[in-house]
Amino acid sequence: MYIKELSVINFKNLEQVELEFSHKLNCFIGNNGVGKTNLLDGIYYLSFCKSYFNSVDSQNIRHEEEFFVLQGQYSRLDEDENIYCGFQKGQKKKFRRNKKEYKRLSEHIGLLPLVMISPSDTSLIMGGSDERRKFMDSVISQNDRQYLDQLIRYNRALLQRNNLLKYFAANRVFEPDNLEVWDAQLVMLGEKINKRRQEFLGELQPIFQKYYDFISDGHEQVTLEYQSQLNEGDFEGQLKEALQRDRVLQFTSVGIHKDDLELKLGDFPMKKMGSQGQKKTYLVALKLAQFDFIRSVNQAMPILLLDDIFDKLDGERVEKIVKLVSGNTFGQIFITDTNREHLDQIIPRVGADYRIFRVTDGAVTENGNNNGGEPKVVENN
Amino acid sequence: MTQDTFPSKLLENAVTEFAKLPGIGKKTALRLVLHLLKQDKEDVHRFSNSITRLRDEIRHCKVCRNISDTEVCNICSNESRDHGTICVVENIRDVMSIENTQQYHGVFHVLGGIISPMDGIGPADLEIDSLIKRVGEGDVKEIILALSTTMEGDSTNFYIFKKLKESGVKVSMLARGVSIGDELEYIDEVTLGRSIINRQLFEQSLGQ
Repeated sequence: MYIKELSVINFKNLEQVELEFSHKLNCFIGNNGVGKTNLLDGIYYLSFCKSYFNSVDSQNIRHEEEFFVLQGQYSRLDEDENIYCGFQKGQKKKFRRNKKEYKRLSEHIGLLPLVMISPSDTSLIMGGSDERRKFMDSVISQNDRQYLDQLIRYNRALLQRNNLLKYFAANRVFEPDNLEVWDAQLVMLGEKINKRRQEFLGELQPIFQKYYDFISDGHEQVTLEYQSQLNEGDFEGQLKEALQRDRVLQFTSVGIHKDDLELKLGDFPMKKMGSQGQKKTYLVALKLAQFDFIRSVNQAMPILLLDDIFDKLDGERVEKIVKLVSGNTFGQIFITDTNREHLDQIIPRVGADYRIFRVTDGAVTENGNNNGGEPKVVENN
Repeated sequence: MTQDTFPSKLLENAVTEFAKLPGIGKKTALRLVLHLLKQDKEDVHRFSNSITRLRDEIRHCKVCRNISDTEVCNICSNESRDHGTICVVENIRDVMSIENTQQYHGVFHVLGGIISPMDGIGPADLEIDSLIKRVGEGDVKEIILALSTTMEGDSTNFYIFKKLKESGVKVSMLARGVSIGDELEYIDEVTLGRSIINRQLFEQSLGQ
């Protein structure tokens, strides 16, 4: 699947832009703050009905304007698809597929699979364990609604159990019968969720390893491990054991809501020992593994957005990544960069179809391709 | 309408009372009150009487805890119903829904809510003890749990089940799955998944 044309009006700092893309490699080059990432965000928006960065739609409108429009012409499974999104201040946003408006936005999400790698993803390594659980959950629930349902129910039961513990403490009472019903729900759902996460990590781990080895040339030993209290013994027993502590803490101290992913470099935690470049490599490998996973459960090939990928990585690694994503296992790619020389050197060597766009303060011009012929001016303010 | 000045204190009082009702804001309250003012006095008296009598004279059936005019409600005092089967529901609205199906001929037990620590509702606040007592006393053969399919409903089901386990009474639950007249492609995956797990023999479905 790929996006053939994108048209943007008043989205973030982009006043009016119309672009035609290569089905393979597309690069946006320009200085800081000119709107490269906003172009990626526009493409992201058309897939997920929201911005990657800012979920408040009124703040995604260009300053002093009243509305924004995003329109994409896609080719999906050899069919043309026109996706339109319009948002006007004070109104509901409109999403149309081939001129037909969606009743619910959730019907659209999943139609145009997409993976974005952005510098803000470092929270996956540096942030708390909730970031990593969110990563696992969002990937698994993409094609497993049952899992999502179990997760919602688990969190609900957890909330109720914690409330009950607080009630016990506030009223100086203890009703084991009452607690037991929530324990039973947590155990039943928690064990299923734990099993699913285990399976998922089992599938993800080798793919991740493959990508990391490729990008780093196999010089570094990294591991990705699923950690859960449930892996260490039966959940029901642990809940019973922790009861006294839970009553003091007034919340539940064991369960899958404490799960984490252990990211290691050699024998040490990535968070503490990894260099910035290693962390970035780790992240890219993880996200590419996610890409593989999403591709395997979707009919259409996902689009890959690489935001500021060259930052902090050495030239060798960058070339490896570009080579990797130009291959057949990946579809259409979008890359942003501040420095043209990087790409000028690397991209022609890769040999895939490409287009380079120069972005200057909200305007975009095409600045090179390998289709032969002069680069044509696509849009100029 | 933030700080409205009403020309009449009587009017203001009435509006304030109406605005306490669920789903009624100040504007709607004013509209209702002005409407009442336009009606005949007798009509308005009948209206206010019905509310006063409702509050003063309503009772809860001493058997099933349903709202009733008499000590024992119509359903519980009906000899032709099957008193060996008790359907456990949250409130009177559920009783009415199940009655409307005309498929149920047993009796009810109204819990008055479901267990939810978040809302400060524990088993002791519900009519669970009276249900256990009822099962212990009478000739009850089956309990049908008909609570909402939420986390809280499930937990309440589980609590009741645990409490009734020793009595040996049969405990069943409403079937969960595809609703009648649905096209498969529009059913959410969780429900459809549950329907496949809980499938039934075709023979059983005949004549239903």
